Amino acid sequence: MLSKYLSSIEGISAYPIFSLFIFIPFFLAVTIWVFKLDKKYLNYMGEMPLNDSTESVEDRN
Amino acid sequence: MEVQKFQYDNRIVRDFAFASVIFAVVGMLVGVIIASQLFSPAINANLQYITYGRIRPLHTNAIIFAFVGNAIFMGVYYSLQRLCKARMFSDVLSRIHFWGWQLIIVSAAVSLPLGITTSKEYAELEWPIDIGITLIWVVFAINFFGTVIKRRERHMYVAIWFYIATIVTVAVLHIVNSLEVPVSFLKSYSMYAGVQDALVQWWYGHNAVAFFLTTPYLGLMYYYLPKAANRPVYSYRLSIVHFWSLIFIYIWAGPHHLLYTALPDWAQSLGTAFSIMLIAPSWGGMINGLLTLRGAWDKVREEPVLKFMVVGVTAYGMATFEGPMLSLKNVNALAHYTDWIVSHVHIGALGWNGFMTFGILYWLIPKLYKTDLYSKKLASFHFWIGTLGIVFYASSMYVAGIVQSLMWKEFNPMGVLQYPNFLETTLQIIPLHMIRAVGGSLYLTGALVMVYNLVKTVKQGSFVANEVAEAPALIKDDNHVSETKHRWLEKKPLQFALLATVAVLIGGMVEMIPTFLVKSNIPTIASVKPYTPLELQGRDLYIREGCNNCHSQMVRPFRSETERYGEYSKAGEYVYDHPFLWGSRRTGPDLHRVGGKFPNLWHYLHMDNPRTMSPGSIMPSYPWLLTQDLDTSSTAAKIQAMQTLGVPYPKGYELIANDILRQQADSISLDLQRNKVPAEPNKEIIALIAYLQRLGMDIKTAGK
Repeated sequence: MLSKYLSSIEGISAYPIFSLFIFIPFFLAVTIWVFKLDKKYLNYMGEMPLNDSTESVEDRN
Repeated sequence: MEVQKFQYDNRIVRDFAFASVIFAVVGMLVGVIIASQLFSPAINANLQYITYGRIRPLHTNAIIFAFVGNAIFMGVYYSLQRLCKARMFSDVLSRIHFWGWQLIIVSAAVSLPLGITTSKEYAELEWPIDIGITLIWVVFAINFFGTVIKRRERHMYVAIWFYIATIVTVAVLHIVNSLEVPVSFLKSYSMYAGVQDALVQWWYGHNAVAFFLTTPYLGLMYYYLPKAANRPVYSYRLSIVHFWSLIFIYIWAGPHHLLYTALPDWAQSLGTAFSIMLIAPSWGGMINGLLTLRGAWDKVREEPVLKFMVVGVTAYGMATFEGPMLSLKNVNALAHYTDWIVSHVHIGALGWNGFMTFGILYWLIPKLYKTDLYSKKLASFHFWIGTLGIVFYASSMYVAGIVQSLMWKEFNPMGVLQYPNFLETTLQIIPLHMIRAVGGSLYLTGALVMVYNLVKTVKQGSFVANEVAEAPALIKDDNHVSETKHRWLEKKPLQFALLATVAVLIGGMVEMIPTFLVKSNIPTIASVKPYTPLELQGRDLYIREGCNNCHSQMVRPFRSETERYGEYSKAGEYVYDHPFLWGSRRTGPDLHRVGGKFPNLWHYLHMDNPRTMSPGSIMPSYPWLLTQDLDTSSTAAKIQAMQTLGVPYPKGYELIANDILRQQADSISLDLQRNKVPAEPNKEIIALIAYLQRLGMDIKTAGK
């Protein structure tokens, strides 16, 4: 029922097409860019949760 | 480089952890109670405060906002401080956040059983509580961004991105869906009506699942899974793609499903291809989590924390595959209104949210108390009994959903419904509902074992409220030469948040503009008139008792439904429905065409005890409606609120509304008295009967 009333709105198809056209290039751009990222940076980021500097430090309290 | 000493705030983490554990038990217990009410309605002992309709929202709210909500804050407050190498921005804000959130939960726990509800699923809380939620969320946001800004770590780990997306999107969703006109301190009407209200509500519902139950947990997964496995995430690249596609998919691809039929063919094909492609990133997230354990699977055998996380992540993968499948038209025609949906959400809640939370708790509590987990054996027992619980729960509900749906749709060779009596289909699945309750009880038992295990762990350890740490100060202007754009971006949390918000808002607008246009596009039906004052009061009783939790008011244009219920529902019939009451699960039959089907007397006796009219019915009895007086002092305010919302009551109608109400009540009570039932006109039952008898009548009278 919903789609019936929505589809009766004039020019409604512009909205999904608009979002599709923004999203596809964006998605492709992110994918390409991610593959071009430098390995050292990625390793550094990936290790981040493991380097939280608490284990090595003595605890007070 | 100067090395700074500072302290992590562990107290706030512990408080949220305890709150989460307590509300997990409460929420699951209420879940088991309502599951049992579905085969044994007498459990509520005729107490109005614990009928299914009133405490089903209590269950969903307790699990989503109390159990999962507190677990999110626990996980965020621990990981954020470590990832930023900084204490939380403000201890005072942390305290306000904690106590404010618990206050909201308590007010929900009081107001929902009292029948104070907006009726909109997962947004049932009334307007003063809505405002409280907004304020506390802002406190959380300030505390969060304050910490990110004063961090000692140059880069923002992907978990923080997921947290940021959560904070901004939940704020937008909550505000848009909660727009309502107050009638009194504890009563309001939704700004939107009918179809539009449904669109806004399910835009909220869909994205609340995404941004309250999914994105924060993905952030937690990206932090705690590597922590527990003691190895970095499998692919950081994949996590970036996962993030950006996820925040786009949910908000942007959502409208596609709704609008597909409006698209030209080429765009439909493109969109379909794309939707399939989009399963990849969300599965990418699951694979990323599971592959983090590559070479460490032997650890999974011994470490309960990892066991929980593996099953949790797998459940995420299953639920995100099932979701798009359910949005396919032909699958939806079968699954909608049935227990299939209940099963689907519980794969997410029990598997993904539940098991991830348990895994994190088993890892975190020993860390906070500088000790080991009291018993790994008990934790493993919890894992197995919990898994068994999920299996019992999900399998019984899938079967129940499919069986009942097929029974609803079955015609005999004569071309009439094979099971014209709805109750037959209900009774058929009762054994499956019993199995479901067993599954839920097993899961709850596991949680209780966890409570014991964690209490023992806490007792044997010593709590470190302020954990000392050190990190070099962040130097503002060092000359990094090869800066990529994104690295620039993720160094600036506010810009990042802004960009994520823009992504979400544009996507939201693409969906919301058609939603707002739809109002002027709904063909009006001349015979559809506003509710009379008595019917309006009756409708509010319907909302108070939570009838919409079991009864839909939307007859779909299928032959099996029009045959059973009557003419299918038209959008124009709902234009005065603030809020809409379509419901989502047909535990009982649809009521949109119930008006005029039964005499007043039938309704009167049926509400008093449904089993006198329909032997074997699982509907609760509502004897209090027969004895409680209808509160008519609110009538004028209600009419005025409706006028504000554009419902065309004539000017000055609020002044005569109660006279009109009494006239209608007298005639119904007279009819009942003629049938030898001592019904006084001022009782609540009269208003409810008036409303039920009105349902669907407008277009019936038009046909005459």
